Amino acid sequence: MTASQYLLEAIDIVKVFGTLRANDGVTLQVTPGQIHALLGENGAGKSTLVKMIYGSLQPTSGTIKWKGQDVVIPNPNAARKLGIGMVFQHFSLFEALTVVENISLAMPGKFDLEALSKKVEFYSGEYGLPLNPKATVADLSVGERQRIEILRCLMQEPKLLILDEPTAVLTPQEADLLFLTLRLLASEGCSVLYISHRLEEVKRLCHWATILRHGKVVASCDPREETAASLARLMVGGDIHTVRAAKAPRDGAVRFSLKNASLEADGPFSVALKNINLEVRGGEVIAIAGVAGNGQSELFDAISGERPLSNGNAILIDGASCGATGVSARRKMGAAFVPEERLGHGAVPVFPLSENVVLTRHSDDASLAERGLLNRGKANSIADRVIKAYDVRMGKPDPEARSLSGGNLQKFVVGRELDRHPKVLVVNQPTWGVDAGAAATIRQALIDLARSGSAVVVISQDLDEIFELADRIAVISRGQLSEAHPAHEMTAEKIGLLMAGSHEKETPHAAHS
Amino acid sequence: MDQSLAVMLTIITAATPLLIAAIGELVVERSGVLNLGVEGMMVMGAVAGFAVAFMTGSTLLGVGAAIFAGIAMSALFGFLTLTLVANQVAAGLALTLLGLGLSGLIGEAFVGQPGVKMPTLFGIDALVPFSLLLTAGVAYVLFRTKTGLVIRAVGNSHSSAHALGYRVIAIRYLSVMFGGACAGLAGGYLSLAYTPQWIENMTAGRGWIALALVVFASWRPLRTLVGAYLFGAVSILGFVVQSMGLGIPSQFLSSLPYIVTIIALVIISGNKRLTQANTPACLAQSFVPDR
Repeated sequence: MTASQYLLEAIDIVKVFGTLRANDGVTLQVTPGQIHALLGENGAGKSTLVKMIYGSLQPTSGTIKWKGQDVVIPNPNAARKLGIGMVFQHFSLFEALTVVENISLAMPGKFDLEALSKKVEFYSGEYGLPLNPKATVADLSVGERQRIEILRCLMQEPKLLILDEPTAVLTPQEADLLFLTLRLLASEGCSVLYISHRLEEVKRLCHWATILRHGKVVASCDPREETAASLARLMVGGDIHTVRAAKAPRDGAVRFSLKNASLEADGPFSVALKNINLEVRGGEVIAIAGVAGNGQSELFDAISGERPLSNGNAILIDGASCGATGVSARRKMGAAFVPEERLGHGAVPVFPLSENVVLTRHSDDASLAERGLLNRGKANSIADRVIKAYDVRMGKPDPEARSLSGGNLQKFVVGRELDRHPKVLVVNQPTWGVDAGAAATIRQALIDLARSGSAVVVISQDLDEIFELADRIAVISRGQLSEAHPAHEMTAEKIGLLMAGSHEKETPHAAHS
Repeated sequence: MDQSLAVMLTIITAATPLLIAAIGELVVERSGVLNLGVEGMMVMGAVAGFAVAFMTGSTLLGVGAAIFAGIAMSALFGFLTLTLVANQVAAGLALTLLGLGLSGLIGEAFVGQPGVKMPTLFGIDALVPFSLLLTAGVAYVLFRTKTGLVIRAVGNSHSSAHALGYRVIAIRYLSVMFGGACAGLAGGYLSLAYTPQWIENMTAGRGWIALALVVFASWRPLRTLVGAYLFGAVSILGFVVQSMGLGIPSQFLSSLPYIVTIIALVIISGNKRLTQANTPACLAQSFVPDR
C-alpha cells in the first residue's frame, strides 16, 4: 500500500491483433492534475492503448496501475467506477434518443430525466458547451454531438478524462472554452489524457507528451519546450512535408457557381439555405468557414445533388445548369463530392474498398459497369492506385471500409474522387480526425488539383486548414453565405465576426445558441 | 342495442390475441431483433395451453404452459441468432415452420377433444383487461424507465451501447424471451378462450398480422392497440356485412383485413419522418462485440 506519485500507470503494455502488434511494450504514466498528450500518427496505437485503459480491450500482457495498485479493468463500467471517463472519436451516441436520454445511459443512480435535464443545462452553461437537452441527436450536427460526448463525461466528475481528438469539430472559440474547462479540471486535480493531431494545441494545453510510433513509445517530453516541427518529426520519424501553394491564376473561367440557391429546411432542426451566391473560378480553392450546424451539411447536400433544388438554374457547372438534377448527373458533368461522414455516407462500411470505388464512379466511367456487369479488375486497379497514391494503410488487401482507421479511410475517400481529376470538387471537412502527415497530403492534393485548372470548394471548421488552403474565404451562418473575400485580407477575427452573422441580410429572430 | 354490444365483444375478442403477440414483438424489435417466428411461437403456445388444460382441467396451468412454450421457442431463436449469430430472418422463418409442424404432431391426439374454456367476467375473458394493462405497462416501461431506455438504446445502436458497457446480448435475450412469452400467451388465448379446442394451424396467420401491426404502429405500443382493434373490427365487420346479405363476395370480405393492413402499411411508410424516428436502427442486424 505505497502511495504512488502517479494516478495511472500503464506498464509494458502489449496488445496483439493477429499478426499486428498494435501496442508493443508501451509505458505511460500520468500524474494527478496533469494534462498528458498522447501523440502519434494514425495507426500508431493510441486508440488501442486508451481502449485498454477504458476497459473496452484487454491487454495481451502488461500491467495497469491505478493510484499505485494493480488493477484489471474488465469493462467500461469498471473504468467509470474507478473514475475514468472517455470521449470517443467515433461517437457512441444513440441517434433516435434525445440528448438527456443519451447522457442518462452513461449515468449511474436514479433515473429522473427532468432532474437530469436541469443538470445538463447547468453543466453546459458551466463548461461553455451549449446544448438543448430535449433535442434528438439525429437532428444535431457533428459539433453538437461531440459536445454531448464531452458533457456526458464531465458530468460523471471523473478523476481521469480521456479525450480522443476533442477539438476536431469545434470552432476556435469553442476550443478555447474547452481548454479553459480542461485547465480548470486539471487545477482541481483531475488528470486529462489528450489525444490530438493538432500540435500547436498540444503545445498550448498539455504539460507532458508521450509519443507513439508503430506501437512503441518513441519519446516522452514536455511539449511546451518543443516546437511543432520537432514534435511532428518525432511522430512521423522524418520531416513533414509542408503544404506549398503556387499562386492562384488570376483570371480562370468560372467553373462552378451558385445563383440565389435556396433550400427549405427538411426537419425541425435543419437549417434553410437562403439565397446563396458563389462563383468559383478554375484554379482556385474557396473555403467556406462556419460554426457547426449553420447550414454546412445542407449546403453540401444542395451542391452534391443529394437534395436537388427546385430551381435548376441556381447551380451551374461550367455554365450548364444542374440545380434540379441528382448526384450521378452532376458527376457526369465532371463534379466530385466528398461528404463529411466518411463511414456510412462517404463509404459503405461493409463493402470492400474496390466496391466503394464503383459506387461513386460508375456514373461517369461506363467501363466500371459495362452492360450492368461489374468490372472488378478495373475497380481493383483504381482502388490500388488510390491506396498507393495516398498511402492508405490497411491490414489486408481490399479490406472492408469499416476496418480502416478514420484517417486512412479519409485519405481513401478523398483520393477516390481526386483520382478522377474532377473539374469541380466539393469537400466537406476534408481532414477531420486525420493526422498531420495525412492532412498535409490531402491538402496538398486539393491545391494541386485546383492549380491544374479545377474549381475546389472546401467546407471546413478548421481555421488553420482554411488559411493553409484557401485563395478566397466565405463564411456561412444560419444558412446565409457571406461574400468570398481574398484569404490575405481575412483574419481570424474577421471570420469570427462573419460567423456571428454580421453579413446576414435579415435580422436574426433569436440568438442561435 | 344488445346486438351491437355482442359485435363489440367479438371485435375485442378477435383483437386481443393480435394485441398480445404484437406488443411482445414490439419489445423484441425495439431491442433490435426481428423475430419472424411469432406465428410458430403462437401455435406452440396454443397447443401446449390446450394440452395442459385438457389433462389437468385447469386453464391457469394451461396459460402457464402456453407462456412456457412461447419462451422455449424464443430461447431457441435467441440461441440461434444471438449466440450463434445466425441470420434473423432465416431463423425466424424456420421457427414458424418448426412451430407449425411440431404443434401438429403434439396436437394430433387432441383434435376433436372438448376444450376447457377460460372463466369470463361480465362476458369478457380475463386476458382482455390483462392485454390492456400489458400495453400500458410496456408503453410505460419503454418510454418512462431506465430499463426501457436501455432496450431502445440497444436497438438504436448496439455498438454504442456496448461501448458504454451495456450487455447487448443479454438484454436482447431477455427481450426476445419476453416476446416469446407474449406470443405463447396469445396462442393460449386462442385455444383456451377464443375457440376452446385444438385445430391444426389454428393461429391462421395471426402471427404474421401481429408482425405487420408492429410496423403499422411504427413501434409504438398505443398505436399497436389502435391497430389491433382496427384489424379486429374490420375482420368482424366482414362477418356482419356477410350476414346482412348485401351480395358482396365472402372471399372479398375475408380478405378485407389484409387489404386494410396493406393500405395502412403503405400510408405509414409514406411518412418518412415518422418511420425514421421510430424504426430501431439496428433492427435485424447481428451483433458481434468487436475488438
